[in-house]
Amino acid sequence: MLETRGLTANYGQFRALFGVDISVAAGECVAIIGANGAGKSTLMRSITGVIGNEPGMVLHRGEPIGALSSAEIMKRGIAMVPEGRRLFPSLTVEENLLVGGQARKVPGPWNLDAVYDLFPILRERRKSPSTALSGGQQQMVAIGRALMSNPQLLLCDEISLGLAPVVIRDIYAALPRIREGGAAIVLVEQDIGKALAVADRVYCMMEGRVTLAARAAEVTREDIHSAYFGVAA
Amino acid sequence: MIWLDTLVQGILLGGLYALFAAGLSLVFGIMRLVNLAHGDLIILAAYLVLMGVTLLGLSPWIAALVAMPVMFALGWLLQTAVLNRVLGKDILPPLLVTFGLSVALQNGLLEAFSADSRRIPVGALEGASLDLGLVTVGIMPLMTFASAIVMIIALNALFYHTALGRAFRATSDDVVTAGLMGIEPKRIFAIATGIAMVVVTLAALYLGMRANFDPSIGPARLIYAFEAVIIGGLGSLWGTLAGGIIIGVAQTFGAALNPEWQILAGHIAFLAVMLLKPRGLFPRAVD
Repeated sequence: MLETRGLTANYGQFRALFGVDISVAAGECVAIIGANGAGKSTLMRSITGVIGNEPGMVLHRGEPIGALSSAEIMKRGIAMVPEGRRLFPSLTVEENLLVGGQARKVPGPWNLDAVYDLFPILRERRKSPSTALSGGQQQMVAIGRALMSNPQLLLCDEISLGLAPVVIRDIYAALPRIREGGAAIVLVEQDIGKALAVADRVYCMMEGRVTLAARAAEVTREDIHSAYFGVAA
Repeated sequence: MIWLDTLVQGILLGGLYALFAAGLSLVFGIMRLVNLAHGDLIILAAYLVLMGVTLLGLSPWIAALVAMPVMFALGWLLQTAVLNRVLGKDILPPLLVTFGLSVALQNGLLEAFSADSRRIPVGALEGASLDLGLVTVGIMPLMTFASAIVMIIALNALFYHTALGRAFRATSDDVVTAGLMGIEPKRIFAIATGIAMVVVTLAALYLGMRANFDPSIGPARLIYAFEAVIIGGLGSLWGTLAGGIIIGVAQTFGAALNPEWQILAGHIAFLAVMLLKPRGLFPRAVD
């Protein structure tokens, strides 16, 4: 469904991605792991059009989308849970959720009620300013906001970053239900154990390159060690 | 009771300044763009209304209604063709572009309409007044103030109770994330400037009916609008009205003491508020 071909990305003079090839099939859960600065978030920002590319570097259902705007890419059904959550501070919880679904209205399993069923605490806090929520609740809003557009592909950038283990468990518990809704998921994670537990396939990145592509069930500790650090365990 | 009368006239004058300022506040709030041509756009709209009255024989109210969609389209076009190209991290290019636009508009209006002072004719309404016992208020200032209130209520309803309003506020908070939500920031900016130009037309209607105008008076209207927005605290339309009222009251009291002090008193009030409350009276939490 989504594919990158020789994807490169630059921040000014600095090159952050060097010919990245990944693919995501419909309904699949793919984990992208790697150390800080490996290029994982840059890859997400390139796929979602925050960083512009050559058209053919990103393909959605075979069509080049690399040069489209973020909004156009989102309307094709690729939704993003950005790193750091990036909720809109002047909007309430419910307004944040509504804003996620207003540009792409397609039939699907997700609406306000479904998101509130997935994360019941948000129903109680729906009139609160998004800034008044805990980190975990904010992450739930960010995920719910992306789901509101009924995406075919949900990109989750570091959804466990900075959260307490018990909160991370709650958030990860929602992922199977999101998959039941039909969306494919890309999980960018530093927590390798968490990522491998839910993913079908895994890519490991290092210094802007993919150093490992494998089925999550088959990958060994040694594989990851060498892909993650560039040296054998 | 002259003091009470002066106070009431000042408050009502604040309504006109709030109308001048609301469009400026809206554009700044959503895209952090300071439009230095705002005052000249008010004057352009005033000429547009005047043309509707003199050339087409319309009443000023109908002429303003006709001018509003024209000004909306002009705002949309201005944003799409010019301002969207220069908006970015650096605030200087849009400032320079709107400054240039201000000069060009003044010269264009001078060429088209000459330097003669003009006024939108309103007939008997001009001198009509309402005797409230202690004070007598002009119908025109009263209508201006009421229009400012209605306009603020309408804009707030748009911001807080519609999908477009949510998109405005989301874009104002975070342009990149708004894009990830399927919102096209440039389209949102174009709509915002279009709406600001509708408000500008309303301001122009009252400006032109209440006083003489000519192509050169735009920049002074911009200053009043600026002061009202800053006093109110950026991003709050009721704050902008409060700012307009403070300037209006200061001006009428200044004029009551000495007619030469009218304008100066407004500016001094602005400086006084800035000394006491540098972020304005009602600052937004997230700014």
